[in-house]
Order: sequence, then C-alpha cells, then structure tokens
Amino acid sequence: MIDVLYFAWVRERIGLPRERVETSAATVAGLIDELRAREDRYAAAFADLSALRVALDQDLSSFDAPLAGVREVAFFPPMTGG
Amino acid sequence: MRVAVQSAPFDPGAETSAFTAGVAGAGAVVTFTGLVRDQGGSLSAMEIEHYPGMTEKAIAGIVGQAMQRWSLADALVIHRFGRLSSGEAIMMVATAAPHRGDAFAAAEFLMDYLKSRAPFWKKEIGADGEDWVAAKDADEAALKRW
Repeated sequence: MIDVLYFAWVRERIGLPRERVETSAATVAGLIDELRAREDRYAAAFADLSALRVALDQDLSSFDAPLAGVREVAFFPPMTGG
Repeated sequence: MRVAVQSAPFDPGAETSAFTAGVAGAGAVVTFTGLVRDQGGSLSAMEIEHYPGMTEKAIAGIVGQAMQRWSLADALVIHRFGRLSSGEAIMMVATAAPHRGDAFAAAEFLMDYLKSRAPFWKKEIGADGEDWVAAKDADEAALKRW
C-alpha cells in the first residue's frame, strides 16, 4: 500500500486530497497507468504528464523513477511559490 | 537560518528588525517581500495551497544551498499559505552577509528557487471566478542562471 497525494487542480479534478492505493506498479509511470484505468476523472487528471510533477517521499522526482520502498507519492502541477 | 511556513500574517518590518538585530556586524542585510497583486482591482483574494512536510524540507534544502554557496551570516524565509487578501504580504526572504554582493545574490537565488521548487500553488479568486496561477517558462528558465 502506498499513500497517494494530490494538490491544486489535480486534487480538484480527482476530487480528493489523498488516498491509499494498492499497487503492483514498478515505477511512477506504471502507477499512473493504473490510476488512469480506474475512472474518467483520473484519466482527465493524468491526460498531459508535461503539466504534472511528482514527488516521492517528499522529494521531487521523475515519472520513470522506481516505486520500490516509496511510502508517499504526490502529484501536482508545476509549483507557483514566492 | 529560520524557515517559517504559516497561515498567520507577519510584519515584514518587525521581522527585518529582529533579523538585523541577530546578525549585528554582518555588514549587509537584503530583504524581499512578496505581496498579493491587486490585478487592477479584479482580484478579491488569493488562496495558497502547500504540501505540509515537503514545503519545510524543500525550503530548508534551498536555504542550505544558499548558505553553502555564498558567505552568509544568516538567512530567513517566511511563506504563508491559506486565504490572503490583495496587498497582504505572502512571503519574505532576508539574507545577511559581510558584503552586499553575497546578500543580494543569495536573496535572488532564494526567490528564484522558492518560486518553482517549493511546493506552493496559488489560486486567484476574483469576481468572475477562480483560477490556478500557471507556472511561467521564465520561472523555470530563471533557475538556469544559477
């Protein structure tokens, strides 16, 4: 089981801020494929990966990164701090 | 180094005074304060979302890089989240160094990195609705100069 968090418009599109996900995916991209297959709202949120960023255990990462040992995955749009 | 991620308002003047008092003898203090723009009166509020845990970690990492790269006596970052009104202070950075060059450069570095590497997302709320602020290509490009 892995904690999956969503922020900003990703959270709004999917309709929840976080969930526990049972996954057998080896990489972030594999997890995204599983989520996309669930429901339209997931497919919509993950339609354009160039508009998304991912963090693994609170460190910015990439879509081809392995999920082994990861406890928390977060998806969000490019950050707009400052 | 102090990093504060908070919903409460802060007083940039009081923060500057306290920071300056703590680095007596440093020679130079540079501060930057970011405010909510009024967008010509069309903005009624700004909602700032963040990623608790990662935010503090990311900012501490950015400040750590600045402390290594420049000769800094100290650095301060305050960043708010939640609902803010037009004109309110969103965030501030302060840097102290023996000479102004390091203090200015480190403050700009902190601002560039906070903009696109600290997990905050801004939503503008106006009379006609609300919209997430999109990251600009220029923000990402700004990191390359460092």
